[in-house]
Amino acid sequence: MTISKRLAITPVREHHGGSRADLEAELAVEGDPEIGYYHSYEITGSVNGPGIRFTLYLSGCPLRCQYCQNPDMWTLRNGRRVTVGRMFDEVAKYASFIRTAHGGITVSGGEPMLQIRFLQALLRRCKEDLGLHTAVDTSGFLGARASEDFLDLVDLFLLDIKAGDEELYHLVTSAELAPTLRFARRLSDRGNRMWVRYVLVPGLTDAVDDVEKVARFTSTLAHVERVEVLPFHQLGAGKWADLQLSYQLTDVPPAAPELVRRVEDQFRAHGLTVV
Amino acid sequence: MAHVNLLKQFKTGTGWVMKSIPRKPNGQRDWGALPDGSYFIEWREEGKRMRSPAGSTVSQALEAQRIKLAEIAATEVGILQRYKPLQPPPEPEPIRLSAQIRRYLDQIDTLKKPNTYRKYNAVLMRFDEHFPGRELKQISDEELNDFVIKLRIVRFLRTPEYDALFSGDPTWVTEAIGGMGDDGRTLVTRTSFRLLQTLNNLGPGPEPNLTVLWSPRLPQGFKDFAARVSIDTSSIQYESDELLRSVTGDDTAIACCVSAMPVGKQMQFFGARVNLAKTLLYAINGGRDEVSGEQVAPPSTPVTGEYLDYDDVRAKLDAEMDWLARIYVDALNVIHYMHDKYAYERLEMALHDYPVRRTMAMGIAGLAVVADSLSAIRDARVKVVRDDRGLVVDYEVEGDYPAYGNNDDRADELAVWIVEQFMGKVRQHPTYRDAVHTQSVLTITSNVVYGKATGNTPDGRRSGEPFSPGANPMNGRDQHGWVASALSVAKLPYDQALDGISLTSTLVPSVLGKTPAEQVATLTGLLDGYFEGSGFHVNINVLNRDTLVDAMEHPEKYPQLTIRVSGYAVNFVRLTREQQLDVLHRTFHGAL
Repeated sequence: MTISKRLAITPVREHHGGSRADLEAELAVEGDPEIGYYHSYEITGSVNGPGIRFTLYLSGCPLRCQYCQNPDMWTLRNGRRVTVGRMFDEVAKYASFIRTAHGGITVSGGEPMLQIRFLQALLRRCKEDLGLHTAVDTSGFLGARASEDFLDLVDLFLLDIKAGDEELYHLVTSAELAPTLRFARRLSDRGNRMWVRYVLVPGLTDAVDDVEKVARFTSTLAHVERVEVLPFHQLGAGKWADLQLSYQLTDVPPAAPELVRRVEDQFRAHGLTVV
Repeated sequence: MAHVNLLKQFKTGTGWVMKSIPRKPNGQRDWGALPDGSYFIEWREEGKRMRSPAGSTVSQALEAQRIKLAEIAATEVGILQRYKPLQPPPEPEPIRLSAQIRRYLDQIDTLKKPNTYRKYNAVLMRFDEHFPGRELKQISDEELNDFVIKLRIVRFLRTPEYDALFSGDPTWVTEAIGGMGDDGRTLVTRTSFRLLQTLNNLGPGPEPNLTVLWSPRLPQGFKDFAARVSIDTSSIQYESDELLRSVTGDDTAIACCVSAMPVGKQMQFFGARVNLAKTLLYAINGGRDEVSGEQVAPPSTPVTGEYLDYDDVRAKLDAEMDWLARIYVDALNVIHYMHDKYAYERLEMALHDYPVRRTMAMGIAGLAVVADSLSAIRDARVKVVRDDRGLVVDYEVEGDYPAYGNNDDRADELAVWIVEQFMGKVRQHPTYRDAVHTQSVLTITSNVVYGKATGNTPDGRRSGEPFSPGANPMNGRDQHGWVASALSVAKLPYDQALDGISLTSTLVPSVLGKTPAEQVATLTGLLDGYFEGSGFHVNINVLNRDTLVDAMEHPEKYPQLTIRVSGYAVNFVRLTREQQLDVLHRTFHGAL
């Protein structure tokens, strides 16, 4: 087992995406319950929660992950504007199919909790009017925005824990880790079900110690139904080029199957279910 | 001398008691002596005291006593057998295949013509030889494999024209598997599993055309197994058991490709299909062919002006379909009259109950082309390009339009309109032997040949390009993934297309999930959702495009590569190059 040396890279925000002040300004608005901005939606199978899912990608994200697959979703207003009613109608067209296929709606992003008022309004209608299972795919960074009502609405959180200490987390995401850990603890304490996800990037997040930190923390959480190790791939690189952003992982190879197995086994060693 | 006593059961302060009816001093029964209650009779049988209820009135009690006395008397003189408690029924004699066949043949011999009997006899005896002396339930897996091998090696000699339309040597040995009974029990048996397992044992193959009658209520284990085999072999088609049962009952089998029929009660006058895309072009060009320039349909007013007008084109198409429906039904009547006259299929008809229900199965090709063309004319602007003959030979689409296949009612309702409209028109013309009019939206591989013969269309499709197969949306225009595409097709009404509505799908393996278990769960979920959403039929291919490209270059490496085309399965390397390319250009759904 070798401990790889971290890549010589710097946080994305040092190149793009503006200052801390810009971020604070973006975060100041929680949006409108009636109007949302989204990138796209698609139907997915078993990758974003159980069963066949209507997966909606909301735009806007406070993080700037090195491996971001969708840098075009960073800015809220890059997204398409939609009313909650219009989006609900779109979901409704698939509701019977999704219910029969034991699926539900997953809202991903971007960071879906950036538009938490829209998100809450949409999920409430999906749950109450269509009887759909609800999932939210989040970094947890904006967990403090979540009201108790909101947490009651969500059947499953897909929680990305992108690193286990502040230093690495900042390198990977340009943001702080603490809010994510606080949110995870809160979900655990109040009994929300979670799938924890870890993105494995060779040379960045594959060091044994770094994986250990995430695995150890995750093992202290209750109601974690599964852990998913998502191997890094280069499919997002093209979008960075299109947006003329400087992408720092160009030479990083995809995560090899042996590496993925090793990391999965590290999570397993803490008694976690890895899928 | 037999004796049957009369008792009365009644309630006292301490509980229920039963007492004989007391007699008055004069010897007569004192019916009023005991409190209200119900009567019983009591007698002895082989030394044991027996009792049985005898009603609540005096007359009922006396009647019960009289009957019992008669029974006992009859038993004593041997007229009546003494009652014996029920024994479990004896194990039935094992049913031998040969005996079963003999019995059936005897019936045919009595009821049908000797000629028919001889032919039928020859076929079934062959079958009997194959499983000598066997009981039905003892047919081993190996023998079942052998049987399937026999079905696979049948080949027909056919003309090149036939092969061009239906390539890959289909013989239409369609086998319906699974489904649910009217009484709510599943019709899945061990042999349902075993037939699917032949695909694993023998490798994928187009014959027999294995058709799973799917219901969300099927046993989960069977669903999972079928999905697994489907993912591994791309050799299974699925039909909605719920829709079939509602029309043809639970004893339904699939004839031809996807046509549902109650077993032994129905036959079909095959009607192939008409080219609706060309019909649209005839409507635009006043009945003249856009390729040859000849006047084919009766002369009508062609479109004038630079841009197509939606109401105008729709009205012209409607009129052109009137003409087409009449010609079509006429042609089929002639064909089937002559066919019956010179080559009546006695053998097959001998297997049907009287009276036979006949259908005449019309069909349409180019549904998606016409739906998208109408949508383009309505929601974008379509400019016409005329040649020196004055014929409209090309179209320029300005702007976007909603395409059929995105679960968008604006386009999907046009496809529904076409299906309903054409069905309504063929119904207006009487059929040979009063066959019931039906319609299919299914092409097998004929979408390629029909496309080749059809000029540019107003949806932007280029001259000679294939149509989408069956009821599929046009390749590449269904942009919201498989589910949206499938839900669009599911909107086509089965009651207006009782011969079947075929959807052919190709999913890349990764879209179903990472692990084998995930893939199975996803596919069963998709099938549950589609059929619950009133989908009728779907072919499931799970393939990467690269596999097909490699198979075109190195056919020797893929002797068994099987793919599903509209309503049927074919051997990929035996398709013509054009048809292989058509398969390659289909939408490979990388997203659900």
